Amino acid sequence: MPDAAVKKKRPVWYNLNLLDLPLPGLVSILHRISGALLFLLIFVLLYLLDASLASQERFDVARAFVSHPLAKLVLLGLLWAFLHHLCAGIRYLFLDLDKGVDRETAKKTSVVVIAVSLALTVVLGIALLW
Amino acid sequence: MVNRTVVGAHYGLTGWLAQRITAVLMVLYTLLIVAVFLFVRPGDFTACKALFGYGWMRIATLLFFVSLFAHAWVGVRDILMDYIKPTGLRLSLEVLVILALVSYGAWAAHILWRA
Repeated sequence: MPDAAVKKKRPVWYNLNLLDLPLPGLVSILHRISGALLFLLIFVLLYLLDASLASQERFDVARAFVSHPLAKLVLLGLLWAFLHHLCAGIRYLFLDLDKGVDRETAKKTSVVVIAVSLALTVVLGIALLW
Repeated sequence: MVNRTVVGAHYGLTGWLAQRITAVLMVLYTLLIVAVFLFVRPGDFTACKALFGYGWMRIATLLFFVSLFAHAWVGVRDILMDYIKPTGLRLSLEVLVILALVSYGAWAAHILWRA
């Protein structure tokens, strides 16, 4: 059993500033945050699917709902969360296969994940929401 | 006599693998949806209704939702294990998450197969 006194001396350093993380770490915590966000907003996706297949009236209600500026903002956030989670997830699948695990490549692919998901959010956001 | 260990790496590995397999399935569905939106462009109620009238579209969508809920379960469980330390609270939250996901599954099936 570990000595309590020894255990106490271990340094504790929680740096909660996301921007101080190395880029792969930033991708990692954003993967978790976007995943949590997607889980919390599943009901929005189901509501929209439900309404758009139920009747003409409910389809129109849903269409009016997604036209509201606040709803658009939420959907834009949802779109980013999906795209980041998708891009980072593809990166993790490659890491699982031992591809791109060296430091330089891992750093480069982190930049690609962040940049591509942000760029796609802008392009798809404009195409789908405006 | 039931001969199995209730602890061990095996259970974690199953979840880990399920998370990856469901991820790949959801990527495939995403590609399908992108293709549908590019080439079919269902813009109104009638078009949406017609699209989801196809059996393959219903089944593909249901498979997507089943993958999503299994995937979300592994991910949310990981998050709860990392941040919620009191066992009673964590168990309660896990039960809530499972109830939500199973209800979502029933809702999805209802949406897709309603007349």
